[in-house]
Amino acid sequence: MAKNVSTNKFMDFLKQVKNGFISFCKDLPEICKKILIKLKNILFSNKKSIAGFIIIAIFIFIGIFGPLIWPYDPTVVYENKLAYPSWEHPLGTDGIGRDIFRQLVAGTGDVLLIAFYTAAITIVVGVTLGLISGFVGGWLDKCIQIVTNVFLTIPSLPIFLILAALFTVQDAFGLALILSVFNWAGLCRAIRSQVISIKERDYIQICNVMNMSKFHIIFKEVMPNVSSYILINFIVAMKNAITSSVGIMLLGLAAFEPTNWGAILITAKDYGALMLKEGFLWLLSPIACICLFQLGAILLSNGLDETLNPRLRRD
Amino acid sequence: MATSNLNNNRPIQNNKFVYFCKKIWSGITYFFYRYRFLWQRIGIALITLALTTILSFVLIRSMPGDIIESYARELAAQRNISIEEATRLAVQILNYDPNENIFVSFGRYLSGLFQGNLGTSMYIDGLTVNEVIAKTLPWTLFVATIALVISFFIGTAIGARMAWKRKGAEEVIASSLIVVTSSIPDYLIGIILLYIFAYQLQLFPTNGAYDIMVAEPGFNFPFIWSCCYHAFLPILAYVIAQIGGWALSMKGSAVGVLGEDYINAARARGIPSRIIRKKYLKRNALLPLITSLALTFALLFGGSPIMESIFNYPGIGQQFSICIGRRDYFMVQGILFFISVVVIFVNLIADSIYSLIDPRIRRSA
Repeated sequence: MAKNVSTNKFMDFLKQVKNGFISFCKDLPEICKKILIKLKNILFSNKKSIAGFIIIAIFIFIGIFGPLIWPYDPTVVYENKLAYPSWEHPLGTDGIGRDIFRQLVAGTGDVLLIAFYTAAITIVVGVTLGLISGFVGGWLDKCIQIVTNVFLTIPSLPIFLILAALFTVQDAFGLALILSVFNWAGLCRAIRSQVISIKERDYIQICNVMNMSKFHIIFKEVMPNVSSYILINFIVAMKNAITSSVGIMLLGLAAFEPTNWGAILITAKDYGALMLKEGFLWLLSPIACICLFQLGAILLSNGLDETLNPRLRRD
Repeated sequence: MATSNLNNNRPIQNNKFVYFCKKIWSGITYFFYRYRFLWQRIGIALITLALTTILSFVLIRSMPGDIIESYARELAAQRNISIEEATRLAVQILNYDPNENIFVSFGRYLSGLFQGNLGTSMYIDGLTVNEVIAKTLPWTLFVATIALVISFFIGTAIGARMAWKRKGAEEVIASSLIVVTSSIPDYLIGIILLYIFAYQLQLFPTNGAYDIMVAEPGFNFPFIWSCCYHAFLPILAYVIAQIGGWALSMKGSAVGVLGEDYINAARARGIPSRIIRKKYLKRNALLPLITSLALTFALLFGGSPIMESIFNYPGIGQQFSICIGRRDYFMVQGILFFISVVVIFVNLIADSIYSLIDPRIRRSA
């Protein structure tokens, strides 16, 4: 008897999930349209977010189409080494005569890919664990919080270095996995506290009283409240991923793609560009690229925060 | 006899000994009850420490290649002994046996830790982690502490000023500068400073913690001057990278304080604005930042490998990255353990200090 009831409940839950999924699929075009309009409203209502969005959009454009417009030629031309900027080489050439601008363009996609993968893994793990720990509570919540606490307290950079040295990283996804080992913890804790505060509000209580499905409560009532937060954290996670990936590469670890900005920087440093006057652009241009991306990400996230977070809105 | 005598005494208050015992007991229980948040935090810190130890142990166990064998072969060639003997010696020196059960070898590692043996180098004869830490830790602490103090004072002053004068050209300039400086990671600032001031203008040294030719270690003026001169660029890089964060968090905290009633009341009483700013605004706004002080120290300490290897500064971080570079796993394990202990301890202090100062946090914990 008891078994029957439990299987029924389980089947009910499955049905709810299935129905929710079907209705979600039906509404998908509408939802996409709504999201696009909303995104447009959000992005272009604030000066900071416009500036940040433009910077990041340019980087994404270069990352996708750049290698087609300015193809990179890795052949070595010794006569042309450390050349000053010219029409042919807008940022000069490196220590063995390769064009720096084209190297940067070729590396953009790789850098963005690492950042994107890291942010995606971070968001998925952090949001899932945060939702579970906020909703279920009890001993599961306590366990997750202890694990989160551990990951927040352990110094992350030394462990990144060890992981990068142990597992020889071959592609962007591997590096992203290593980078996201520690990133999810902060997000998980923040989502948990948000969920706990939302759970006590009236409209969720009413949903509970009306016996609405958990699926509905989580995805239709709670998610819209947390989604802006997740979006902002996605951008911040991308920014942090670039910082730490370049840091790892600066120590000569995980430089699998020679055109990655961090790899260009470490090549320049190893060549001795620090001591040469001509090495100035070789060193400075990857740094400028990294800083520009960081600046775009910070502007975009701050701008989004200002428009989406009513507490920060300026009168 | 004595106990029955005590029990027969009806009015307990009269018996001084029992009264005293009860008082002490209630005092002890009260002490434990009152600071229960502290015990909880210490427990969590210990769990974190245990998990970190296990993590570093598992990481080192999972590395590729047979270290003991190659090390033993080297030993055998060096000391002219047989391979078996060299293997036994290697196991003894490195405190690690690949043929053992993983639990047994973890126990061996733990007992080594409790005896204060953090590990031995595989490549440099007789070099232990303890020696390396003793030699390099002071430099890292020196740079991190001074950078932290300077950036804290400058950053909070800027933040308080920004909160006080919210609109105007000054605020715009300050906030845009903050956005720019906080968008550059500290090690890239380090590279730029190193390129301009150390290599091109040659105003500052490019490596080392002090000039061996000029000064000998000790409490004398040339040595201290040389230390400051060598540490100037790393400290400057840290300060530039950190100021923005301090200013922003101070601004947020100070804006919250400015909305409180006691500021308005002080204004209404006609207290000059200089005193309101100093005694009412800054002191209250600084309170929540104490936690970040410890957390930022942990961040600087954990992030030292990159910064110190850029400046060739002989701190614990540079030693760590050198050990990773030459795959000296036991040194890496030992230094990682030490860094984790420091960071966890600092975090614990940060948590506890704030709850001791502010009772509101204690209740919610």
